[in-house]
Amino acid sequence: MKAIAARRHHKLAPVVLLALALLVTGVLYAAFTPSTAQAASAPTENDLTAGSNLFRANCSTCHGVNAEGRAGAGPSLIGVGAAAVDFQVSTGRMPLMNQGAQAPAKPPIFTEEQIRQMAAWVASLGPGPAIPAPEAVDPSKGDAASGMELFRTNCAMCHGAVGQGGALTEGKFAPNLSTASPTTIYEAMVTGPQSMPVFNDGTVTPQEKRDIIAYLDAQKQGSPGGATLGSIGPVAEGMWAWIAGLGLLIGAAVWIGAKSS
Amino acid sequence: MSDESTEVGLPAEQHDLPHRFENPGLPPHHERLTDTDPRAAKRAERLIAALFGLSALGTIGAVAAFFVVPPEQTVASIRLSTLLLGLGLAVAFGAAGIAAIHWSKTLMNDREMVEERHPQASSAAAREQAAQVIADGVSDSGLSRRGALKGAMVTALALAPLGFAVPLIGGVGGDWNISKFRHTMWKKGTKLAHDPSGRTIKAADLTIGSAVHVIPDGLNDVPDMLEEKAKAMVLLIRLDPRTLKEAPDRKDWSYEGIVAYSKVCTHVGCPVALYEQRTHHLLCPCHQSTFDIADGAKVVFGPAKRPLPQLPITVDAEGYLVAQSDFHEPVGPSFWERLK
Amino acid sequence: MSTNASAPKLAAPVDILDQRTGVATFIKAFARKVFPDHWSFLLGEIALFSFIILLLTGTFLTLFFVPSSDLVTYTGPLAAMNGVEMSRAFASTLHLSFEVTGGLLMRQIHHWAALIFMAAIVTHMMRVFFTGAFRKPREINWVIGFTLMILGLAAGFSGYSLPDDVLSGNGLRITDGVVKSIPIIGSYLSYFIFGGEFPGTHIIPRLFTVHILLVPGLILALVGLHLFLVVLHKHTQYPGGGRTERNVVGYPIFPVYMAKQAGYFLIIFGVLALMGATLTINPVWNYGPYDPSPVSAGAQPDWYMLFLEGALRLTPGFLEVVIGGFTLSLNVLIPAVVVPGILFTTLALYPFVESWATGDKREHHLADRPRNAPVRTATGVSVLTAFMVLILAGSNDLIATHFHMSINAITWTFRILLFVLPVVTFMVTKRIALGLQRKDRELVLHGHESGKIVRFDTGEYIEVHQPLDEQERWIRVQHDPRRPIPLLPEHNERGVRRRGYRRDALRTRVSEFFYADRVEPVTPAEVAAAQAHGEHDALPAAGHAMAELTASKDGSSAG
Repeated sequence: MKAIAARRHHKLAPVVLLALALLVTGVLYAAFTPSTAQAASAPTENDLTAGSNLFRANCSTCHGVNAEGRAGAGPSLIGVGAAAVDFQVSTGRMPLMNQGAQAPAKPPIFTEEQIRQMAAWVASLGPGPAIPAPEAVDPSKGDAASGMELFRTNCAMCHGAVGQGGALTEGKFAPNLSTASPTTIYEAMVTGPQSMPVFNDGTVTPQEKRDIIAYLDAQKQGSPGGATLGSIGPVAEGMWAWIAGLGLLIGAAVWIGAKSS
Repeated sequence: MSDESTEVGLPAEQHDLPHRFENPGLPPHHERLTDTDPRAAKRAERLIAALFGLSALGTIGAVAAFFVVPPEQTVASIRLSTLLLGLGLAVAFGAAGIAAIHWSKTLMNDREMVEERHPQASSAAAREQAAQVIADGVSDSGLSRRGALKGAMVTALALAPLGFAVPLIGGVGGDWNISKFRHTMWKKGTKLAHDPSGRTIKAADLTIGSAVHVIPDGLNDVPDMLEEKAKAMVLLIRLDPRTLKEAPDRKDWSYEGIVAYSKVCTHVGCPVALYEQRTHHLLCPCHQSTFDIADGAKVVFGPAKRPLPQLPITVDAEGYLVAQSDFHEPVGPSFWERLK
Repeated sequence: MSTNASAPKLAAPVDILDQRTGVATFIKAFARKVFPDHWSFLLGEIALFSFIILLLTGTFLTLFFVPSSDLVTYTGPLAAMNGVEMSRAFASTLHLSFEVTGGLLMRQIHHWAALIFMAAIVTHMMRVFFTGAFRKPREINWVIGFTLMILGLAAGFSGYSLPDDVLSGNGLRITDGVVKSIPIIGSYLSYFIFGGEFPGTHIIPRLFTVHILLVPGLILALVGLHLFLVVLHKHTQYPGGGRTERNVVGYPIFPVYMAKQAGYFLIIFGVLALMGATLTINPVWNYGPYDPSPVSAGAQPDWYMLFLEGALRLTPGFLEVVIGGFTLSLNVLIPAVVVPGILFTTLALYPFVESWATGDKREHHLADRPRNAPVRTATGVSVLTAFMVLILAGSNDLIATHFHMSINAITWTFRILLFVLPVVTFMVTKRIALGLQRKDRELVLHGHESGKIVRFDTGEYIEVHQPLDEQERWIRVQHDPRRPIPLLPEHNERGVRRRGYRRDALRTRVSEFFYADRVEPVTPAEVAAAQAHGEHDALPAAGHAMAELTASKDGSSAG
């Protein structure tokens, strides 16, 4: 112990300590970071100010100046987390263009930087789901077969067997997932936007979420059988059978029955 | 009224016209180009031969595809194998078919032939003879005179199929114990578990707006798993307790806004699973019956009549969600003796 | 002649066969039999040939498919299915699709052929219906054809469920729900079908037996009978010069018809191979192996069952009633049992209804032009409209997503349209048919408009009309006028009430429904009268009176 005590005053001691501290922090960070941790570096004061200003200019009409929500206009956003903001704004669902059955996706009107700033400000109002880290949504780290079982139990009844979308009541619908990014899919699960239920980490674990993303990613390879016909099932198949199939065959019959000139 | 119209207002001299028009007979035959122009016929012949040749090439292509491009372990390779084989077949059959028809249309004789029809009924003489034969046979057999014999025969023949039908019908229905419809695996203390993993669920795991597809703990180990699952599956939903309307006798069936309802539609049994967390409506994707989860799963739209049966739940000492009992009514579609 | 050295002799194989079977007599009688040529006569062939293709590809599939509910863990090329526990039926479907060369192609051809088979049966039935080709002596063949359609439904439904996937499994679950709704025996019938509780392990092997033995066996036997009767009756033909009720005009079986048939079979096979090669059908790997819990949006059966699905979707729930403690699910029974029951019974019995209403017991071999049977044509269109509304109702969720509409609004719209639209299409079709007949009369009486305007010395302008040639005219005047059966008085000359009067009265009412509104074919006398007024302008007298006479009855008994 004396030896250590003696060296405590070594001139390099602070450097070694600092290095050790950094190492421990790094290891601990890597070990304990939840996969939902903020991927980007912590927001600066400037980000929060910019986010707050953007929010007041674009969102406060419905959600209130301090995101406390306004009755009949928009819900409170305190505690919805950065994931909700990123999902709603990056898919163009917010700001809402006009009141309808539900907010449709459209081209986003903010830059990634602006979205990050608004998300940071909303996240600072109360704890909520964060934007997932890239490896949390990496399809190559998921198991598509497990994803298939989870998807069809939890998702397929609304989004269809391979995520092609489907109808809900009164004009609402579950959107097609073929163009949704893995991050968006993840954020939708943890935040439960609009009609969608919430799938928190207790309901569908982070690993299971990645499996679901892997399953949806596997659909990008297309169908082994040829054109997918929209993957909407027997109605599309019936239409092709009648219009293309029977159409061609009746065309052939007309040719057979016509007199040659 | 219009029956007399042919007589109405016609000058007298037109009454001797025939009552109906006469069939003008076959229209004149038109020669085809291939009948009159040997070069056209030769062209048609060459085209037909070429089509048969194309068909043979298609077959060769299909066979080559079979050997050269078998399906490998990827989606793209399966698609390519299916495509090439199928296109080969399509060309092989399609081209040969077009060739055969072009041949029949251009080179085979196209003079129409006329064949006479005859009435379907037999001639009067034949009908008379047949009637006589039947009458002779009936009288020979004595059927009309020996009534007892007829009765005995009909009885025996009517009963005979039973010897076949009884074992068949008796055997195909399993144990015929239809009271199984009335019970599910749920009983007091059965933990709620995630479908399909079987992980048990703590009340604290659910946030408001969560919808969890649930099976009874231990389902994956029972021998008739699918039959039990078909009855026992449940949708677990956490609502804001303030939005929950509960019947007085069901106040203690939920736990802090967490309710569990049978997932089997009361219409014809589809899994009802489209939960809209904002409206608390649960929609069946098969026939669009809509149930209000916040209000006892009452039907708000569609072909179902009855609310979904509710599973009474509570939490155990460790905070796990458990059933208080089985459902209090049969789950799933209605059947005749459901209320008996 | 027979000693002529150049006379052809029987080829050796035919000769050998003839000495043992007398086949030459058959060839002599059969080979030059005449078949009329028309594209609409080939619709039945599409059904027949796709059935043959179904047998061929189906045989291929049975060599690899295992009809078993035993659970296995699948390993194979598709990542989403690797390591998943599933029934052997589903696993063998994946195996034959992904690992057997040509297996997926055969599966897809088989399924496309099944859809086309049913579509062709329905189209063929429509042709027979609208041209009146079901009339005596062909009523039995209509009933056989109808039975074939029902068997086609059974074949399709049993085959669709074999892969044991989630989509078809939910179809079976719906079937179970429908069966349970049947009063008194429902629960037992469910056990009868599933061998116990749903889903059980018996249903896949049972459906397999039904699909590959019972139903195709019956179809084969009935197809044989169907074709035998076609040959026996000789084919119907469309009206035209030289075509009568006593003859048949067309091409001989050998060689023309044989070449056309063989060619058409090959073309159908080619088209189905093309579809199987390029278009995914029933991708069971998307739906996954059957499990009672999951279901996917867009849960529909194949098109030919879609009308039942639509009927189930439209019927409101309040129809379920409890009588004396017993549950009567009219909300299921009406759409799934009563509606198809009525539809199919009407369809099967239609030839007998029409012949009773018309009192027509003659043989008919000339096809009707649909316009010449306005009420029949309108009835057919009306039933098809209802069928179409139900099909659309069965697709209401897809209509909602693709056209951004509310599924609730769509359902309500179809609930109303199901009752309104068939009535509207009935009336419109009947008017169109009568209008076309009037147009025919107009043409026969006055000829084609030539577009040539002539000025008379008197200053009058008229358009020259080109009279029809006799072939053109014949098509428009050949049909028999049909009139309602007159009702004999209730009391005979001695004032005694006639027996059977009420039945006759009903029959007359039905007969009036069919034929009260009608346009009669032009007679030679009318043409003569029209021409007596000058070729250009023959409206008054007969023609005009005619139009008024027929118009005066319109509407009075249309309902």
